[in-house]
Amino acid sequence: MSAVPSLAPQVRLRHDAARGQWVLLAPERVVVLDEIAHAILSRLDGRTGIDEIATALAREYEAPVAEIAADVREALEDLQRKGLVRL
Amino acid sequence: MSAIPPPIGLLAELTHRCPLGCPYCSNPVALEKRAGELDTATWQRVMREAAALGVLQLHLSGGEPAARRDLEEILATAAEEGLYTNLITSGVLLDRARLDALAAAGLNHVQLSIQHAEAEAADRIAHFQGAHARKLALAGQVREAGLALTLNAVLHRGNLDAVAEMIALAEQLGAGRLEIAHTQYHGWALRNRAALMPAPAQVEESRRIVAQARQRLEGRMVIDFVAPDYHATRPKACMGGWGRRFLNVSPSGVVLPCHAAETIPGMRFERVTEHSLSDIWYGSQAFNRFRGTGWMPEPCRSCDRREIDWGGCRCQALALTGDAARTDPVCALSPDHAAVAAAIVEPSGEVLAWRR
Repeated sequence: MSAVPSLAPQVRLRHDAARGQWVLLAPERVVVLDEIAHAILSRLDGRTGIDEIATALAREYEAPVAEIAADVREALEDLQRKGLVRL
Repeated sequence: MSAIPPPIGLLAELTHRCPLGCPYCSNPVALEKRAGELDTATWQRVMREAAALGVLQLHLSGGEPAARRDLEEILATAAEEGLYTNLITSGVLLDRARLDALAAAGLNHVQLSIQHAEAEAADRIAHFQGAHARKLALAGQVREAGLALTLNAVLHRGNLDAVAEMIALAEQLGAGRLEIAHTQYHGWALRNRAALMPAPAQVEESRRIVAQARQRLEGRMVIDFVAPDYHATRPKACMGGWGRRFLNVSPSGVVLPCHAAETIPGMRFERVTEHSLSDIWYGSQAFNRFRGTGWMPEPCRSCDRREIDWGGCRCQALALTGDAARTDPVCALSPDHAAVAAAIVEPSGEVLAWRR
């Protein structure tokens, strides 16, 4: 069983149509997401574990699971340090 | 000229009415009366127009925004439009029931002001008996309601020595974020400047305390610190630059690049009742007057920092030099910098005007 990540309370993921990008919204903060960060965060549903997310992304991007899993973990840990994600 | 980016934030000053009387209030000295305030439907239209324009963060402010009975309705429209909603409040008009109603309407974040860490001093600054105790109770209720909590304090001579205690209070109340901002000398604060201006040694000590606390609390509580302008040698990018990131709508619907801009003479600011937010943001003379770098005089025009600080604050240039189009005198390169240096050492005085 791998950790189940979720957005921190009162952090919102939304599409920013005016600028053609995805963003995380939090108190006094707007974080612009790149394609990979969005692909990871759009899979957070409070049930799916990190390993499952990595497996799905590896299939979608046709990349080795081990490599993707390391990237996913690093991205989520970075967002956790910023108080935007809970692991 | 490069394309004008859409605004990120809208500061909606729903009302100037407020039960507190803080002498550093940044509202204009001539406060808007209740009869002059926009109605519910107009505010709701402003929320829809803001979202369509590209605004992501809504700051519901005032005065005290909870003085509006229709706050929930305005908030609900904003939330339906996908705006991230911040309520900037003194807290004294809110109770658990009202907070629950606001949360149900889609509120994300409460930014609660404190005036000091100790009740007696806090109530004296707020000019409101019992305010501090009510704020402390509300902070707990904000967390119980599942909302994000920021504590914010405006710093001045009367509370700067309590900055460590205010940080400890924010920790104790479980705030995710603390905003401690030195007084900006506009409106009431400019009139009361001699009573509010901290001594340079006090400023230095508080900087040291904040830097230490930031390190200690990393990952647990975000501390945003707004440094004191007058004690700096380079100006701040006021509002992130004129007409670059934010717009402000006053209680009567005047659209401003910053909340103090109406003090600038000779400017015509448009109203939401006559034009769309989009027309005002992109096309109005007022928003284009100090946008970008084309308006700049020397020393800004040839300065390496012209797209970092955008020439500083126009209202401060006006207040201290009489001309809003000059370099912000906070900048040590400004020919008017002596006015700032003199204010720091001017004899301290009493509060002249409690906000009414």
